[in-house]
Order: sequence, then structure tokens, then C-alpha cells
Amino acid sequence: MDAFLLQYLPIVIFLGIAAVLGVGFMVAAWAMAPRRPDPEKISAYECGFNAFDDARMKFDVRFYLVSILFIIFDLEVAFLFPWAVSLTRMAHEAQVFAFWSMMGFLGILTVGFIYEWKKGALEWE
Amino acid sequence: MHGVGVLGLQAIAFYLLSAVMLGSALLVISARNPVHSVLFLITSFFTAAGLFVLLGAEFLAMLLIVVYVGAVAVLFLFVVMMLDVDFGSLRTGFARYLPIGGVVAIVLLIEMAIVAGAVAKRGASAGATIAAPTDVTNAEAIGRVLYTDYIYFFQAAGIALLIAMIGAIVLTLRHRPGVKRQNIAAQVARTPAKGMAIVKVKTGEGISE
Repeated sequence: MDAFLLQYLPIVIFLGIAAVLGVGFMVAAWAMAPRRPDPEKISAYECGFNAFDDARMKFDVRFYLVSILFIIFDLEVAFLFPWAVSLTRMAHEAQVFAFWSMMGFLGILTVGFIYEWKKGALEWE
Repeated sequence: MHGVGVLGLQAIAFYLLSAVMLGSALLVISARNPVHSVLFLITSFFTAAGLFVLLGAEFLAMLLIVVYVGAVAVLFLFVVMMLDVDFGSLRTGFARYLPIGGVVAIVLLIEMAIVAGAVAKRGASAGATIAAPTDVTNAEAIGRVLYTDYIYFFQAAGIALLIAMIGAIVLTLRHRPGVKRQNIAAQVARTPAKGMAIVKVKTGEGISE
């Protein structure tokens, strides 16, 4: 267990350095930078005229479709990892069973993949 | 390692990660800007992955980062930006939803108190009697049982993903009419004979289509 956790020591050190750097820059900017705001300085600059409306606008729903299709195949790949690691070390019968079990899973998702391809969900316009 | 010791370091890491996770979870529900809420949610996912690593559940930790941080949180961001929420008007319903929200919160609190009481009665280490196999990696330990012993759950997961895919397509896919697409087969099949015509034009007459 200890040797296992020690493998993560570089990541912890990296996180520590990243945190110190990030906080350090923010604190330095807060402590050292001159700050003399006035309404003209802090207002949004829009090429001479007043801002029309809020900068936030509605996102196209197609981004959502792309990302949810990504999540589904992301999860499919996540299921493939333990399968790939454990398959070769199983007893023969369990191996065959696990292989076809995964093929069934992939088959189900391939049906969905064909559906989305034929529907044109992978095309932007 | 003496002095603090490895167990002490683990305890420090556990309390640090837990504190960051609880703090960012609190900020998820109290941040004024929903986009900030999602970002704090990502922080708490990260720290939860750190806690999984402390438990030795390496594969689950990486899965949490790949799936939840990489995909689900991005999806949440899209949804927050898609909804076009007016950040000012979000707060107005607070008093109206306070009673029902309070009831849900109290029920959850009682449930957690019951669980904590049961754990305290049996001793904190009572639940930790199942020893994890140490000779195999985390991913392999999952792989040994997931595709054989738990095949029904595995296939049900596949069907759930299929339903999610079809549902998302049915709900959000709208084809804009009149979009001109590139038809590569038609482009490749085009020959000079089909694409070009030589017309002799008589003087003063021009050509008609």
C-alpha cells in the first residue's frame, strides 16, 4: 500500500507547485499591482458605443449533443480497460464468456452508433 | 519513515482532500454564478479521485477524472450556458422553495445520522473487514467479475447508454432545412464530359439555357 501511494508522490508535488504558483501570482497581483479604478476603466470596451446587451448568450444545443455522444463512447472505452487487462489471465471458459459478453455490449452500442450516423447526428449542419 | 510516518501522511492527505472536497461542495450550492458552481464541482470530483487513490481504488479514481471531470462536468457547463439563465433572477425563488428544500434536507440529515449512529455502534473499522486482493491491480480485480458474474448489470449498462444516445438524438437533433452539403461521391464521379459543354454561339443571338 505504501509503495503504491508513493507512486503518487510526484503528482502531489506537482499539485503543490501548481497551487503555490497559482496562488502566488494572484496574491502578487493583488498586493503589488496599482489599482485606481474609475467607471470608464472598468466598463466593457465596445469600440466607442455602449454595450448592447449581456455578453452571455444562448449556447447552441448541438454542442450538448456532441458532448453527450462523446460521454457515451467515453464510457464504452472505460468499460474496455478492465476487460483488456483481465481477459488474458482468466480460465478458458470464463475467457470465452467474458469475450462474448463484451461483444454483446459493443454490439448494443454499435446499433446506437449506426443510428446516430444514419440520422446525421455526427454532422454539424 | 519515523516521526510523522506513512500512516500520518495518509491521514493528512485524507483530511486535506476531504476538507477541500467539502468546501468546494459547499461552494457548488452557494456560488452565485452557476458556471462557478460547475467549476467547484470539478474541484470536488478531483479531490474525490484523490480519496479513491488513498483507498487503493486506482482505476475508479482515473475513471472519475476521465468520465466525470472530462465529460460530465463539460456537459454540465454546456447545459448551464445553454439555459441562458438570468443570474440575478435565480435567487428570487429562494423563500418559495425553502419549505420543501428544508424538508428534503432534514430527511437526508436524519438518514445520515442513522447511518453514522449505526457505524459508531459497531465501531468505525467494522465495515472494513473485506480485504481487497493485493496481488492484482484494481482494474483487473474489476475485470474478473464485471464481465462474467455481473453480466446482466454490464449489459444493462450498455442498454442504458444506448437509450441515452437515442434520447439525446431524438430530443436535440434538428436539421436545418436547405443546407448544402458536399457530396463527395458525386464530385468524384463527375467527368469533363458531364461537367462541361461547348456551345457554338452565333453572332447576335446569345445562348438560352
